Amino acid sequence: MNVYTKIVDNGVDAKALMAAKEALSEAPEAASFQWRARSNWVNGTHCYSEVEQFHGLGEEQSHKRCFRFDADHPEIFASEDNGATPVEYVLVGLASCLTAGIATVAQHRNIQLHSVQATMMGDMDLQGILGIDSEVRNGFEHVKVMFDIDADASPEDIEALVAQSQKRSAVFDIITNPSMVEVEVRS
Amino acid sequence: MNTRYFRQSARRVTTIVIGGGHAGLAISHYLSALSVDHVVLERGEMANSWRRERWDSLRLLTPNWQNGLPGQCYRGTDPDGYMGMAEVVEFIEAYARRSKAPLHTQTTVTAVSPSEGGYKVATNRGEWHCRTLVIATGAFATPVVPAIAQAFPGSIMQLTPHQYRNPDQLAAGGVLVVGAAASGSQIAEEIQHSGRQVTLAVGEHVRMPRSYRGRDIQYWMHHLDLLDESIEDVDDIDRVRGLSSPQLIGTPEKRDLNLNTLSDMGVKLVGRVAGVQGSRLQFSASLANVSRLADLKMLRLLDAIDEAIEQRGLEADKRPPQRPERGRIERSPPLSLNLANSEIKTVLWATGFRPDYSWLEVPVLDRKGRLRHRGGVVASPGLYVMGLPFMRRRSSSFICGADNDARAITEHLVAYLTGNSARRRVA
Repeated sequence: MNVYTKIVDNGVDAKALMAAKEALSEAPEAASFQWRARSNWVNGTHCYSEVEQFHGLGEEQSHKRCFRFDADHPEIFASEDNGATPVEYVLVGLASCLTAGIATVAQHRNIQLHSVQATMMGDMDLQGILGIDSEVRNGFEHVKVMFDIDADASPEDIEALVAQSQKRSAVFDIITNPSMVEVEVRS
Repeated sequence: MNTRYFRQSARRVTTIVIGGGHAGLAISHYLSALSVDHVVLERGEMANSWRRERWDSLRLLTPNWQNGLPGQCYRGTDPDGYMGMAEVVEFIEAYARRSKAPLHTQTTVTAVSPSEGGYKVATNRGEWHCRTLVIATGAFATPVVPAIAQAFPGSIMQLTPHQYRNPDQLAAGGVLVVGAAASGSQIAEEIQHSGRQVTLAVGEHVRMPRSYRGRDIQYWMHHLDLLDESIEDVDDIDRVRGLSSPQLIGTPEKRDLNLNTLSDMGVKLVGRVAGVQGSRLQFSASLANVSRLADLKMLRLLDAIDEAIEQRGLEADKRPPQRPERGRIERSPPLSLNLANSEIKTVLWATGFRPDYSWLEVPVLDRKGRLRHRGGVVASPGLYVMGLPFMRRRSSSFICGADNDARAITEHLVAYLTGNSARRRVA
């Protein structure tokens, strides 16, 4: 067992997370979660989405409040730019997931964080989505994440935090591995 | 083979050991020392899996000096060498002869079930009853092949390390090796060397240099007491039990084996096999990260070795320590491969092994099919296991780990037997 003498607080309740991990390994069915969002078209390329309910620990759950997100496209695409583009939400999702992981792993490894900044870059060739060249894919050709981290740890330990966070990240997994996506239209 | 037992009614013995490999023979040694009446049942010949389920060029990953068994240490002339399979078979045979193990070969256990006061053991040569039973059938009995193997086109030959012998058995053309632990990386190297283009799909792995500061890496693992680390010392036992075997190879020149040596030979590195859609195979984009995780873990091990040399004055090469180059991964490794128009003619699944408990009719498996045990003491009275990864210590699945574990398991087993008989006398 690790015994630490310095007190580290990244605002992560590591004890509660470990207790949850133990509880869920005893009752794997409770670990089955479903995440949900509902999206509505507004006008043009503008949508707004809401996130509130989800399912987990064997029952319906709810966020503290309903979160709303506007998505649109910039004016150079002749759109009204009422929100970030959907692909930017993907970058936001990846950054948020990796950063949350870094804070959690740092707490677990007794590393005090002072600042964590992720700069996200997703390279895309628009010839794909515009149907100009069928050999170009629609999605990102390359995603680059640059972390600037100030923490009480050696560069190798910080590098290991970031590597471990990728290993355990849901969004990193979703982006780096294929996922089954089923799309239906309700009649 | 002696057949006089045929058609006899069930035989009784205090203890049955299933498996005549190094682990079964090690526990037999201690059972004999404590006069526990027992037999060792072996499905084939002694050391069967070393004879029949290993490729031709394979050598042990541990040097000879390290492979001691109870009452026998290495006495040969090449303590730093690595045994090939014929030598391993010879080594185990010699051990069995010396220890006079009560071995029954060509005896395949078909079922083990609870019975009055112990266990009933059905074999192809009749039935046995015992009070205590030790499972020593090995952790590597069955190659694990992922379900997506079924989605591969029939024109592609699929093999596991148990079936692979040498490159000559493969068709001409490219080979996809899936898995970069000890088996996958060794086989990838050998096949690439045969002139076939190898693509290696790399998931999480463990990297180690063959030697560091003038000594075999196993020397340092031994002297840092890492092999003796017990299940009490680790935070997450399931994680360490699931670790893959390190990228190591036992060669006279003690060469390294890692992603860099493989790509220098021309092996193409891709990410873990993530899926197959039609004839298109998809690879994970996590290759750079698994390589980085392995590098960082290796560097922490080398740091610990440096520290131990410094603090404990361990004997080492006087030259300043050289750190291995980190894994070189191209910026955008391929994320997919079309099997229909690729050069790949063979897929070799080096995706791990698991024990085979298909004959075990005692309710001791968890929902993942793993044996429920604490340090080899299985969750059913009088039932024990040997040789699983990190069963009691990091060395539990090593040849050299059998001694400690066999002694501890025998002690528990004898205490169980005497406890039982004491109660019976009181009653």
